[in-house]
Amino acid sequence: MNYTNVRRVAIVSANRIPFARSNSAYAKQSNKAMLIATLRGLVEKNNLQGDLLGEVVGGAVMKHARDWNMVRECVLSSGLSPYTPAYDVQQACGTGLEAAILVANKIALGQIDAGIACGVDTTSDAPIAVNPRLQRALMDLNGAKTRGAKLSAGLRALNPGNLKPELPANKEPRTRLSMGQHAERTAQHWGITRQAQDALALASHQNLAKAYDAGFFADLVMPFKGLQRDNNLRPDSTLEKLGKLSPAFDRKGGTITAANASPLTDGASAVLLATEEWARARNLPVMAYFSYAETAAVDFLEESREGLLMAPAYAIPRMLQKANLKLQDFDFYEIHEAFAAVVLCTMAAWESERFCVDKLGLPGALGSIDRTRLNVVGSSIAAGHPFAATGGRVVGTLAKLLEQKGSGRGLISICAAGGQGVTAILER
Amino acid sequence: MSDSLLKWANDPRTAGVVKSLGLPAPVRLARSKGGYVAQPLTGQNFLLGGSAAGHASDVVRSLLQAAGANVLDSLPPVSAAESEDKGKGGAASPSTGDAFKLHGVVLDATGVRTPDDYRLLYDVFHPLMRRLAKNARVVVIGGLPESLADPVAAAAARGLEGFTRSLAKEIGKRGANANLLYLERGAEDRLDAPLRFFCGARCTFVDGQAARVTRLAAAPAEVPLEQVLKGKVALVTGAARGIGAATAERLAEDGAHVVCLDIPADRDGLYDTATRVGGTPFAADISDPATPGRLVDFLRQKFGGVDVVVHNAGITRDKTLANMKEHLWDLVIAINFRAITAVDQALLAGGVLRSGGRIVCLSSMGGVAGNFGQTNYAATKAALIGYVAAQAPLLAAQGGTINAVAPGFIETRMTAAMPLVPRELGRRMSSLSQGGQPRDVAELITFLASPGAYGLTGNTIRVCGQSLLGA
Repeated sequence: MNYTNVRRVAIVSANRIPFARSNSAYAKQSNKAMLIATLRGLVEKNNLQGDLLGEVVGGAVMKHARDWNMVRECVLSSGLSPYTPAYDVQQACGTGLEAAILVANKIALGQIDAGIACGVDTTSDAPIAVNPRLQRALMDLNGAKTRGAKLSAGLRALNPGNLKPELPANKEPRTRLSMGQHAERTAQHWGITRQAQDALALASHQNLAKAYDAGFFADLVMPFKGLQRDNNLRPDSTLEKLGKLSPAFDRKGGTITAANASPLTDGASAVLLATEEWARARNLPVMAYFSYAETAAVDFLEESREGLLMAPAYAIPRMLQKANLKLQDFDFYEIHEAFAAVVLCTMAAWESERFCVDKLGLPGALGSIDRTRLNVVGSSIAAGHPFAATGGRVVGTLAKLLEQKGSGRGLISICAAGGQGVTAILER
Repeated sequence: MSDSLLKWANDPRTAGVVKSLGLPAPVRLARSKGGYVAQPLTGQNFLLGGSAAGHASDVVRSLLQAAGANVLDSLPPVSAAESEDKGKGGAASPSTGDAFKLHGVVLDATGVRTPDDYRLLYDVFHPLMRRLAKNARVVVIGGLPESLADPVAAAAARGLEGFTRSLAKEIGKRGANANLLYLERGAEDRLDAPLRFFCGARCTFVDGQAARVTRLAAAPAEVPLEQVLKGKVALVTGAARGIGAATAERLAEDGAHVVCLDIPADRDGLYDTATRVGGTPFAADISDPATPGRLVDFLRQKFGGVDVVVHNAGITRDKTLANMKEHLWDLVIAINFRAITAVDQALLAGGVLRSGGRIVCLSSMGGVAGNFGQTNYAATKAALIGYVAAQAPLLAAQGGTINAVAPGFIETRMTAAMPLVPRELGRRMSSLSQGGQPRDVAELITFLASPGAYGLTGNTIRVCGQSLLGA
């Protein structure tokens, strides 16, 4: 094992297709079709046709059983050398960033020189499973040895009551609560107002629209199936319009609406990571460097213990300590807007002396951040949130921001189902 | 894309019906799978005819033998089995076990210089006309008319074309074909690959053609017989489907690494082809002015150069000239003509086309004959005929060659979409009474792309089953 020469990991290129609201522009697209198109775009942009990469890592949260080897299958259609290995990972909404961390670590350790981290998701082509009772009956039929056993299993399989399919749901298996219900409880715990959430949602749309108009995404987003931009983007939204929506998860007194939460979305993203030497040999400029990463998880089974989506509030202070940095030492903050409330709760936690001392064991509060540096070119509320593709979107976006600025540091925070959080630092 | 008549005519249960209805009865054409083999003519009987004044016979004999053929100077007497067969009015049928089969005839007519010499044609072919096997091959080798000083000798050489084409029409109904090679004096040693092609199964849809074998292009250092494109890099434009995809596949079978190019809108087909042939995809609009430069950089960076360029990409935008919209005219010219010359210029200026390079342009039957509603298309396809002729001498010193192939009715998605009547007419109005396969075109392209084809440059060769149009 190489313990001595840890190498710098460069973010060389990023590509994604425009994100589309569920059952809209990509209603007929599969995960594979979207990921293949995205990989091809990245390959062509960097002239990687026929090239052998160290590995391609990615995943999807909503995945058909038949796509068990999805990323490798996509690599075989990507234009890369068919000798390029690949594997699937899944860490809910943290999948994309976790994939980038995995590739970056292998590059840093000298195990590979270049790789692609990617993610894709669709809620328009969700894996609808057969009813568990029918599934059990079919398995029993398959394994039955005697005629009687076959008959009995066969009759159970024919029971019309078993035809009702099992639909995937955006729900925590342990608490039976939807993610929105969890976020609503956390928002109430931290006293986050509806107005603050709507303002953050509006800023997301305005920032994203401005960035598109300025051509910021010209080399980050490729046209796909008639879309040039994310079709959830509402550049002309106003606080009045946002204020008219009724709460989605708590009819009385709730603060989270369809507009201040990220929508169900279809899309894919991919990021090319490599050593500086590898990039230089190919005349590919470096956008930014991957420096630190940290994941965390919390016990969310009771809201009184911790909120479902609060794990990044734990991960980031740990990472800052290792990097010897303060929360304020960043030029850009990319905090994934699963819900506007999550962003606001996370920031409130860092500002809370009680939280920082009691829960994080710090001497005092981490303090507040400069809000003008937060999600400056929009985030998931405006762009949409195809679960596993969000990490790639954020890494590409932040790398581009640092490339434009020429130097600096950016912080990434992504909350994930199961009470998890994946975070990272990019710099240039 | 299925040709029902071809099926019925070759199914014993329905063949009689096809015959009694007086319908054309196309023969199932011989084709070869996989890449080139060292002895493609193994076990085949070839009659070699000629006169003492000819200068190709000796070379042809040894080349045919090296290719595995059993070379005969005269026909054996008609056997009982064969005469019984002849009584039925057909050629030697596969049912007669040990009957002699004549698989091909090569006539060295380079000594034919006077009207009197034409008697050779009658004397050689008349006795064997009823004895040619199904899918037999006839190759006539004549002098190069434009190199002969004596006008009568030039006329005698040129007349071989009329003879060969008419012969081809006579034997086409049994799937046999006939082609003419005009041979420049001193180019006899360049006949190896051309003979292997025109005497073999791979030229199954190339019929009634006249090709020139000359000393113009410098010879390659070595001429492999198998895996003839091993180590070569080939670019095929329009590779997503049809003839382009078949060509990419065929070139790869003989060892080439194929860079497949097609428009971004056809990425799925493009990547499918590239993945299937183990090649490299390159998505680009060939008519974009930036493409030639990008392509040259790509080929140089990835492979250091390119050995074979197949200009297959092309479009039709048919309208009578009276109804033709300006932009449709311009689009066809841009893609079918300007893009090809622009890519070649960039490749040559950039020194990316390696010495011994091979360029093949896809012309068309429409370019040869003209076609109603295709003034734009036919202009571009005829332009390529002139282009290869003019470009050939410029590439020759570096051992490069450039040729055009002009497909006739080929069974592709485009022809499958044609209305029934024009489609049936297109298929049947040829000596072979059927459409060709994309692979048949790919075979001709691969032959022209091979190192052994260095004797052929500046040619336009049709692959049309000797279509009646524009013959």
